[in-house]
Amino acid sequence: MRSVLPVLTVVAVIVALWYAACVPMNIKGVLTEAERAGAAVQPEGAGARRDLPALRLAINNGFAVPATWAQDRPRLPAPHQVAAELWDTTAMKKITSKRSLVYHGWVTLSATLLGFAIGTGLGILLAVGIVHSRVMDMSVMPWAIVSQTIPIIALAPMIIVVLYSIGVQGILPKAVISAYLSFFPVVVGMVKGLRSPDAMQLDLLRTYNAGKAQGFWKLRLPASIPYLFASLKIGIAASLVGAIVGELPTGAVAGLGARLLAGSYYGQTVQIWAALFAAAILAAVLVGLLGLLQRLVLTRMGMA
Amino acid sequence: MMLVALAALVWGLGWWINLRLAAGPSAQSRGVRLAVPVIFGVTVLAVWELLVRGLDVPLVILPAPSLIAARFAASLPVLWADFVQTILKGALGGYVIGCGAAILTAVLVDRSDFLRRGLLPVGNFVAALPIVGTAPILVMWFGFDWQSKAAVVVVMVFFPVLVNTVAGLRETTAMQRDLMETYAASYWQGFFKLRLPAALPFIFNGLKIATTLALVGAIVAEFFGSPTVGMGFRISTSVGQLALDMVWAEIVVAALAGSVFYGAVAWVEKAVTFWHPSQRA
Repeated sequence: MRSVLPVLTVVAVIVALWYAACVPMNIKGVLTEAERAGAAVQPEGAGARRDLPALRLAINNGFAVPATWAQDRPRLPAPHQVAAELWDTTAMKKITSKRSLVYHGWVTLSATLLGFAIGTGLGILLAVGIVHSRVMDMSVMPWAIVSQTIPIIALAPMIIVVLYSIGVQGILPKAVISAYLSFFPVVVGMVKGLRSPDAMQLDLLRTYNAGKAQGFWKLRLPASIPYLFASLKIGIAASLVGAIVGELPTGAVAGLGARLLAGSYYGQTVQIWAALFAAAILAAVLVGLLGLLQRLVLTRMGMA
Repeated sequence: MMLVALAALVWGLGWWINLRLAAGPSAQSRGVRLAVPVIFGVTVLAVWELLVRGLDVPLVILPAPSLIAARFAASLPVLWADFVQTILKGALGGYVIGCGAAILTAVLVDRSDFLRRGLLPVGNFVAALPIVGTAPILVMWFGFDWQSKAAVVVVMVFFPVLVNTVAGLRETTAMQRDLMETYAASYWQGFFKLRLPAALPFIFNGLKIATTLALVGAIVAEFFGSPTVGMGFRISTSVGQLALDMVWAEIVVAALAGSVFYGAVAWVEKAVTFWHPSQRA
C-alpha cells in the first residue's frame, strides 16, 4: 500500500506529459485546418509554417492549443480521445459487431489461449523428458537455450502462408505461432524447476525406497511449480505478441493485430491507440490472472 | 521410399551415437558436451533433407536445407544489405539509444525513493505489455526508413533494462554502504566504486533480454512499412512470392545475428563482472 501514492504520481506525470506532447505533435495540422476555416494564423500559409519549430507556432497561435486535443485524425491523440474510443468500441457496441473491440479482442485471445495451452503442454512434456533422459538433456537443451536468443517471430509470416497452402486456416496458424513462442520459456523454466530439489531431498526419497515415478510426482513436480508459474507469465505475454503478429502478414480481417494494421493503412490513429491499449489491458489481465492463480496454488501447497 | 528409410536409419544412428556418448565414461568432458548437440543438429538437418527429397515436399511448404544453403550463398549481397539495414542500423542503433537512456533514467530515479517506488511497478507493468504494437504509430511518425525501426527498438528495450538497473542499484547491503560512508566517500564515489559494480550483473541481465527484443522489434516494425530493403521486408515479400528458400535464408541470418549479438553481450559481461560468483564457476 505504501507505493500507491508514488505510482499514482508517476502515472499522473505520464498523462500530463502526454497532453503536453500533443501540442507540438498536432499543432501544424490544427493550424492548417484553422486557416482553411478562416481564422487568422501567424504566420500565414502552410509552407511558411513548415520549417518553424512547433513550440513557436503554439506560442504564436495560443487559440489553437485546445484544438490539438480534439482533432479527428491527430498524429498523437490525447488520452481522453483514446479512452473515449475504447469506451465507444467496447461498451457501446454489440459484441458481435465488426467494430467492437471486444469481438476483435476475443479473436486474438482465443488464438492466444489455444496456442498457450499447446505450447505449455508440449513444453512441460519436453522438460520431463529432458530431466529423465541424459541423452535428451545433452542433445536438445543447448538448442532450447540458443533458440531463446534468436527472433523466432521472424518465422510467423511463413508459418501462416505454409499452413494456408496445405489448407489450414482460421485460428490454428495463429495458435501455432503463439505455441512456439510460449514453448521455449516453459521448457527452460520447467527444466530448472524439476532440477531444483537438492541432493539431500532426493537422497531422503531414496531412503524411503521411492521409485522414479514417486520421486517425480511427490518431489520434483511440486518443487517445480513456482518455476512453472514464472515461465507461464513470460509465456502468456509472448503468446499474445505471437497472436497479434500472426495477424499482420496475411491481412487478417479480425483481431487486434488486424485493427492495428487497418488503422495504419487508413491513418486512423485513434483506432491504433485504442487497439494498442486493448492489447495492453488484455496482457495485463492475463498476467494478473496467472499471478492470482500462482498465489492461490502456492498458498494451498504451503509454499508462499 | 529409399530416402525415407535412409532418414529413419540416419535418425537411429545419430541417436545411438548420442546414447553411447551420453552414457559413456567421458560424458562430462568438454568435447562430448559440445559434440552431442552438434551431432543432434546435424542429424536433424540430414533427416530434414532426406525426408523433403524422399516425400517430394513442394518448395512452398518446406525447402530442403541444401536448397536454403544454395540460396544463402547465391544472394549474399542482398542478405548483407538487409542485415545492415535491419540489424546494424535499426536494431543496434535503437539498442544503444534505448539501453543508454534506460540506464541514465535508472541512475536519476535511484536518487529518489519516492520516484523509485512509483516507477518500478509501472515499469514492470509496461515491460509485460505487447509493445511491438507501437510499431505502426512509430512508423507513421518517423517514416519508413531505419529511424522508425530504431524508435520501436528504443521503446521495447527501455523498460526491461530500466527495471533491471533500478533493482540492481538496490543490491548493496546497508553494511557495505555504511563502510563507504566511514571512508567519507561522496555520493558519486560510492556510486561508481560500490553500487554500480554491484548492479552490473542485473544490468547485464536486462541487456541480454534486450538483445532478442531489439531484433524482434526491428524485424516486426518492417511489416508495417519499410524501404525496399531489410529483413522484415524481405521476409514478408518473399512469403508473398512463395520463395520460401529466401525466407529461410533470412531466418538463418536472423538466428546467426541473434546468437552473435547475445554472445557478444554475454562475453562483455564475463569480462566486466569476472568477480561475480556466477562467473567464477
